[in-house]
Amino acid sequence: MTHTPADAREAAEIVRAANAPFDIAGAGTRAFGRPPEGVRLSGAGLGGIVFHEPAEMTLRARAGTPVREVEEKLAEAGQMLPFEPMDPRVLFGTTGEPTVGGLVASALAGPRRLSAGAVRDNLLGVEIVNGRGEIIRAGGRVMKNVTGLDLVKITCGALGTLGFITEATFKLLPRPRAEATIVIRRLDDARAVEAMAMALGSPFGVSGAATIHAGMGREFPRTLLRVEGFKDSVAYRAERLIALLADFGAKHALLGEESERMWRAIRDGAFLAEPRERAIWRASLKPSDAPAALAALGTTALASLMDLGGGLLWFATDPTPQAAGEVRAALARIPGHAELIRAEAGLRSRVDVFTPLNPALARLTRGVKQSLDPKGLFNPGRMYAGI
Amino acid sequence: MSAIRMPTPDPAILARADAIRAALAAALPAECVVTDEAGRRAFETDALTAYRRLPLAVLLPRSTEETALALKLCRQHGVNIVPRGAGTSLAGGAVPQEDAVVVGLSKMNRILEVNYADRYARVEAGVTNLSISEAMAADGFFYAPDPSSQLACTIGGNVANNSGGAHCLKYGVTSNHLMGVRLVTFEGEVVDIGGPALDPAGLDFLGLICGAEGQLGIVTEVFVRILPLAEGARPALFGFDDAEDASRCVAAIIGAGILPVAMEYMDNLAIEITENFAHAGYPLDVEAMLIIECEGSTPEIDAEFARILEIAHAHGVRVVRECQSAMEAAQIWKGRKSAFGATGRIADYICMDGTVPTGRLPEALRRVGEICAAAGLRVANVFHAGDGNMHPLILYNVNDPKEQEKAERAGEEVLAMSVELGGCLTGEHGVGLEKRDLMSKQYTPQELAQQKAVRAVFDPEGRFNPAKVFPLEERAA
Repeated sequence: MTHTPADAREAAEIVRAANAPFDIAGAGTRAFGRPPEGVRLSGAGLGGIVFHEPAEMTLRARAGTPVREVEEKLAEAGQMLPFEPMDPRVLFGTTGEPTVGGLVASALAGPRRLSAGAVRDNLLGVEIVNGRGEIIRAGGRVMKNVTGLDLVKITCGALGTLGFITEATFKLLPRPRAEATIVIRRLDDARAVEAMAMALGSPFGVSGAATIHAGMGREFPRTLLRVEGFKDSVAYRAERLIALLADFGAKHALLGEESERMWRAIRDGAFLAEPRERAIWRASLKPSDAPAALAALGTTALASLMDLGGGLLWFATDPTPQAAGEVRAALARIPGHAELIRAEAGLRSRVDVFTPLNPALARLTRGVKQSLDPKGLFNPGRMYAGI
Repeated sequence: MSAIRMPTPDPAILARADAIRAALAAALPAECVVTDEAGRRAFETDALTAYRRLPLAVLLPRSTEETALALKLCRQHGVNIVPRGAGTSLAGGAVPQEDAVVVGLSKMNRILEVNYADRYARVEAGVTNLSISEAMAADGFFYAPDPSSQLACTIGGNVANNSGGAHCLKYGVTSNHLMGVRLVTFEGEVVDIGGPALDPAGLDFLGLICGAEGQLGIVTEVFVRILPLAEGARPALFGFDDAEDASRCVAAIIGAGILPVAMEYMDNLAIEITENFAHAGYPLDVEAMLIIECEGSTPEIDAEFARILEIAHAHGVRVVRECQSAMEAAQIWKGRKSAFGATGRIADYICMDGTVPTGRLPEALRRVGEICAAAGLRVANVFHAGDGNMHPLILYNVNDPKEQEKAERAGEEVLAMSVELGGCLTGEHGVGLEKRDLMSKQYTPQELAQQKAVRAVFDPEGRFNPAKVFPLEERAA
């Protein structure tokens, strides 16, 4: 059976009456985290944009609102969600309309995370139903708010383990009028990271820095650097970046639609989506450690790319516990963490989807879970077994 | 008598005060322990100077290990802990109590690592905000959040309060630049959260700790993100005869898709006070002024100002002063950043910090004026207009208890109005002591109980910075 509450009050009643776990989902387009168990509690009945204030650059939507509806509304006003949310259907091979609630719960930001922040950086407020069936509002609708303990960010990216999200309020940005992507070919990993660091350390406002390895559409690696803004400014900064990176072989830039298509593909993990049976990982680390991490992964990584200037590795492996073990072993000595973002449910239940926590963080994670969801109703075990 | 109630100090602790001081002095190096009354007196208040309490002792650890030891000792003796950076809190966040030990981070002021390739810095919590940017300016980098107190305030205090600043319209606040912390818990355990990778693993504990006003533990080390300096930056002044035109102009600029790096608002009284102090060349004959700063190359700045100018003219701007030199620019910002200090030279004031949705600014300004006029008090408005974070400075005489009470009551009305208009009690200064008892205006009892339950995960006994943030009666319940 599925519960599909029509508003927060109804959701709170359902939670208060419950004594067995829920499997929380929006449209179910993100098969991410350890496999769920329990009765489906769906946010799909909580639809609709509550407000969009273009002059305040804010938007509030109920959790079941399709992300597409939000993006279309914002496009009309020349605005956007700053963090470049992925379309999860490309990677996960799912159908349906990804929702605002799923966006907040999974917190998967795209390449613009570099300049515009992660999902949580652009999340001004949430409304959740906690495990006691209470409606809890955190944050609000204003850009600056330090009133009380911030329960907004901890909700974001918790994969629904801390509460049932019913509403979210976002900070927006003006949609850039123009963009350009500088392409540098044939850099090895070390040189690629160096070039990206130089670009990101420049004053030219780079809002995307990725390197797509050979074998994914081309026979050679491509390092890509994006600038966005007003047309004249984009032209100027692209020119300056090409000059700055001349020694790396920076020559030409992709413009307009061609540039947009490229970053959409990076955002969605499209380069790694096929073949479908492969396991897909994302590792967050210090950019300068990326070459060493890739070397340590060796042939365990069947395909890979670097985003966020090298601070985010996407890679594919065989869908086996053995490969997962190799990934954990290869990255063990490199500061950062890795998550198994795509695999069939069987594998996700057998291996750690997230980097295992040290005892202190495990205790705090358990404690925070307990304080919001004392009966363990919400997506138990979705992030960590037993929590 | 002060309006904000302080809890009665624990008589059992006060009775053992000398013994506790002796034990602390015996366990920690002499230079880390302040027990004499004159020495403790220096820590009796912060920038909310109307409230003072002499702490039981002051500990000034030099390392994470000494901090952990200090906290273990406090736990052994059952005393409360008041963490302290530079003591610049405007909300009383660092005001101690007679039965509490202040743990100050001022001796932990080293920059440990600056990594340009990976764009982060690792610093000790007692480092001042400005010194981080200064350490890397020559290499073309900076740390973005810039509270007005940045010369004195510490990064640890910034983390505790999730501090903002004039330039957070573009760059965001502390939490947007925090990559990791080393946290010492009440048990004296050292926990590393996040680090040099851009996004930390698991639940977002950094988001929880940042802005928790020191109630979850003591942060001793911090990883911050650093950014390349813009090619150039230039402010300009826009003077209006009608204050509402100025605030509508702000909304129109943002609505047009332009995001200047800063948009600051000052009303006539604020202009007069700061101009007399800083001689920044502010126009004295306008009702309201915007300081707008744009960044980039010279042609980019010119182009952005051209767009802004068009909008400003449509909103009746009368005086436009473009800045001709770096010195002029520095003067303009010096004036803005010294606004609170300059006000303090002519009168006592309380500084409110509510945020309202920017679309409600004209109404909010009008109502602030009405509230203060009704109380017979003068008010100067100087604030971050781009993000709706208002700072009405309500002027009063601290030696006139009646007037102080009036000022505090007017302040409360202003904050209640901020919440009513869809905003919040505090945008960047924190709740501290000052706004503690107003929390129920913004949150339901369930919401406050939930926040406290999360706090209790870190500090089950409520030892860190007690009697702050949450209403006292709520705490007793």
